[in-house]
Formats: sequence, structure tokens, C-alpha cells
Amino acid sequence: MSFFKKSTRYEVEQFGGFGIFTLLFFIFLYAPIIILIIFSFNENSSATIWTGFSLDWYRTALENDGLRSSAWNSVFIATVAGGISTIIGTFAALSTSRRAKWKGKKATFGSIMLPLLLPEIVTGVALLAFFSAIGLSIGRGNLIIAHVLFCIPFSYLPIRARLDGMDDSLEQAAMDLYSNEWRAFFKVTLPLLMPGIVSGAMLAFIVSMDNFIISLLVAEAGSTTLPIFIFGMVRMGVTPDVNAVSTLILIVSVAIFSLAHLIERKR
Amino acid sequence: MNRTMINADAIAPGMSLKRRQQLLSIGYAMPVLVTILIFLMVPIMFIIAFSVMKAGVYGGVEWEFSLEAYIQLLFERQLDESLVFNDAYIGIILRSIKLALMTTVFTLLFAFPVAVWLAMQPKKKRNLFIFLLTIPFWVNILIRTFSWLLILRDTGLVNNVLISLGVISEPIRLLYNDAAVLVGLVYTYAPFMVLPIYSTLEKMDRNLLEAAQDLYHNKIKTLFKVVLPLAKPGIFAGCILTFVPSLGALVAPELLGGGKQMMLGNLIYRQFSEARNWPFGASLSLVLLVMVMLVLMIAVMRADRNELKGGS
Repeated sequence: MSFFKKSTRYEVEQFGGFGIFTLLFFIFLYAPIIILIIFSFNENSSATIWTGFSLDWYRTALENDGLRSSAWNSVFIATVAGGISTIIGTFAALSTSRRAKWKGKKATFGSIMLPLLLPEIVTGVALLAFFSAIGLSIGRGNLIIAHVLFCIPFSYLPIRARLDGMDDSLEQAAMDLYSNEWRAFFKVTLPLLMPGIVSGAMLAFIVSMDNFIISLLVAEAGSTTLPIFIFGMVRMGVTPDVNAVSTLILIVSVAIFSLAHLIERKR
Repeated sequence: MNRTMINADAIAPGMSLKRRQQLLSIGYAMPVLVTILIFLMVPIMFIIAFSVMKAGVYGGVEWEFSLEAYIQLLFERQLDESLVFNDAYIGIILRSIKLALMTTVFTLLFAFPVAVWLAMQPKKKRNLFIFLLTIPFWVNILIRTFSWLLILRDTGLVNNVLISLGVISEPIRLLYNDAAVLVGLVYTYAPFMVLPIYSTLEKMDRNLLEAAQDLYHNKIKTLFKVVLPLAKPGIFAGCILTFVPSLGALVAPELLGGGKQMMLGNLIYRQFSEARNWPFGASLSLVLLVMVMLVLMIAVMRADRNELKGGS
């Protein structure tokens, strides 16, 4: 143990300058976000000169009807799309985990990752062309379909990771005990898998709430999502109420992500 | 890996359970495969179809064959119907490639030392930093880019600080140029580069470093002769994860480039919004898709080659 510690310190000293560089990198990563949060509490409307503390911009933001309705719209879509993609993702994880052995496994994994690999703008254009060609226009339904598609990899990955890390001897024992695959699945596999499923669902929820590019292309009049509404606000002019809304979204996203992270790591 | 099979055989004799489990696996894969097929593969076919049709007057397409979208990519139609070569769109495509490449290079320069440093830390510290690194990824891309708008604009933080320090008297224009777009892209995709490099280095055998240190007595040599070659697969993965989304970026060129310094992403978006030229937008999307597919194919080929070479 002491040997390991000593050698670690030795290696750190090897590339000394890298520590300072890393510190600067993290400042680069966090400074813009922190500046954005600080100026959401600014009294002044210029959004960049500090004059005093105020919560006015939060009130302005929360009183904005368009913002509120687009926020509810986003929550609704994220809940439905996140739920559906988690169900699909769970089955997909079961079919491609390390113990599943079949010919199409690798190709299936590739297909699941496809929405993550293609540029969002291409996926958005493709769905727009598809919906318009088949004449599908069901308001929020179009957005839900699109969101299910790109949420699948995010709900799939934590479930798959959980499944790969699971000891299958428990399930084998359950199979002996219940001698029925379905009962073994519901009594043993599913409960063991739950942390993965919950964190997958949470990640899918944030990814759906945050999606901008695909939603922008697919959204029809009257089904604006929160990011689309914010984009409109930014285009109209930079005012601190955008900072306030951004801060609120940021807090929600980071809270959900941290929770998902904790659940996933729980054994 | 063999244990599963042995256990399976112990429960039920021979092939039947294995077959059953195989069929079950295929069944479980059906929902995701059907979703991807209907809502991603088929829609991509529709992009191809739309790119060879006539533009509808109010957006959409008229179901009539036309190569106009591809002609428009290279030529401008004059009043007398003659075609004159037009490099405007090719220019935008080339600028997108240039900016995506520059983003990749700058991100790599930032990310490599960070990944090396992180991989050297004790486990607890490492996990904390990796967590901190992933947080920005879960912050909306619009918000992250908007935060740079606050910093770089005429009345933004940088100009305010420089003016109050007396360095400049008039605000300097930091926004609406390629550099501003580049800053936004590097900022957005930097964690994508750090993570894969870190995860290859994390698995590295530390004794190698000790040996290298004994051999070379030189930090820089150790870095270039040992760490860099070991990090290569991670660097390659990171480059792809950075290059591909940068190539189709929309938010950074829209907000920080002011929509004037166009990239492929916002040019495509324009065709479906203001310009109402869907076939042209579809053909541009195909150009982007083909470029991305080429990059991904190179990645897959490389991965297969490494597998054949007997890597882990």
C-alpha cells in the first residue's frame, strides 16, 4: 500500500506542469457557466455590469406565459419519451448484454448507437422529411417520436452497464428455484436491474428536456419546447431573464444527473 | 464467458435452452430495431428522395424529379437560364471542415495534458474530477453557448474589463467571426476529447512509466515515447467524437457567428426555415451525412484492424 502511494506521488511529479494546466482547463469549463449564474441575480438589465443583487429576473421569467407553457410542454414530452425509450432500452440491453450470444448482437449494438453518431441536424431533417411525406401531424406526438429515437442510447447505456456488471449466478439460482423464466425475471433480474433502469430513465429525461436542434426542425406551430423558446428569446436580445431561466434549467439538469450518477454507482 | 454456457447446460440438457435464450435475445432486440428502422433508416431514405425533387413554393417538395438541388450546390442559374459556377456553398462546406478540424486540434491540445494528469491521480480524486468533467455535458448546449455570448459581446465581460483597465477605449469586436465560433465549439466538445483519452490511460501499466523514467531520465521523452503511443486509441476516438458533431454544428455558428459566418449546420437549417428550399436542404444534409459516414467507416476499419492485430 505504501509502495503504491509513493509511486503515485512520484508519477504525478513527473508531469508537474500538467496539474496547473488541468486547473486552468476546469476554470475554462466552469467560468462561463458561473458568470451566467452570477448575472442572473443582477439588478441591472445590461446583463454584464454588476450593480446589485436582485431576484427580479426570476420573477420576470416565471411570469412569462410563453416560457411557462413551453416548459410544461418540455416536461410532458420528456416524461413520455423518456418512459418509452427506457422500456425499449431495457429490452435492448437484455438482448445485447455480455451473456446474450447471437449473430446479430454486434449489428444491433451499432444500430442502437446510431442516433448518437449521426449529426443531430441530419436526424432532424430526416424526421421532418419523413413526417411531411407521410402526412403525420399530431402536434406533440411528432416531437415525442423524435425524442424517443435519440433518447434510446442514453437510457440503454446505464442499463446495459448494470447488466454487464451483474453476477448471473443469482439468476441461475432463481431459475432453479422458480423453474420459470418469467418469474425469475420479475422476481430477480428486474429488481437487480432497477438502479440501471432508473438512472437510464433520468438521463433520457434530461436529454429530452435539453434537446434543441432536432426539436427545432420537427416542432410544429403550437408545440414549442423550452430550448426553442429560449433560442427565440436570445435572438430577440440578450436580457438577464434568459440567465435566470438558464440557471433554473441548469440546476434541474445537474441535480437529476447527479442523482442518476449516485443511483448508478449504488451496488 | 464460458461459465454462462456451462451453467446453462447444467440447468437444461443440451441445445434447447441455449436456442431458447438466443430466440429471446432476438425478441428483446425487436422494439429497438423496429424503432431505428422506421424512424431513422426510412427517414434517411426520404432525405435522398427529397434531394431529387422540385422545391414546393411554401416549403416541402413537389413530387417531381429534378436535379436542381445538386446543380444549385455548384452553379448559380442566371436570368437567361445559363449556369455560372458559384463557389459560395462549396466555401461554406470547406469552412465547416476547416472549423471542425481546428476544433479537433485545439481540443486535443487542451485535453491531452488534462487526461494524462487525471489518469495519474489516486482513484478517489480521479472519480471526482471525472464527475466534474461530465457535468457540463448535461448542461444545455444552448445555455453553454449563450454564456460565451455574455463574455464576448461588445458590452460583454472581456470588453468591460479591458475598458475599465484602460487597455482599450472602444469595445473591440470579438463576436461574429470564425474565432468566436471556434471558441464555442472547443468549449462544447472539450470533455468529449478528455474522456476517451483518460479511459485508455487509466488502464495503462504504471510500471511502464517507471521503466521509461529509468531509461530516458527525461519527462518529455517519456511523454512522447511511452504515454502518447499508449493513448493513441483514446486520441483517435476523441478526435472522432469531436470532429463529427463540430462538422454539423448549429448553435455555435448561429449564436457566436451571428448567422453570418455560416457552417453547414445553419445553412441546412436555413433551407427549412427562411429559404424554404427543402430539396436543397436535403442535398446538403446528404453531403454532411456522407462526410460523417466516411469518418465513421475509417473508425470502424481501424478498430477491426486493431482487433486483428490481437489487441485487447
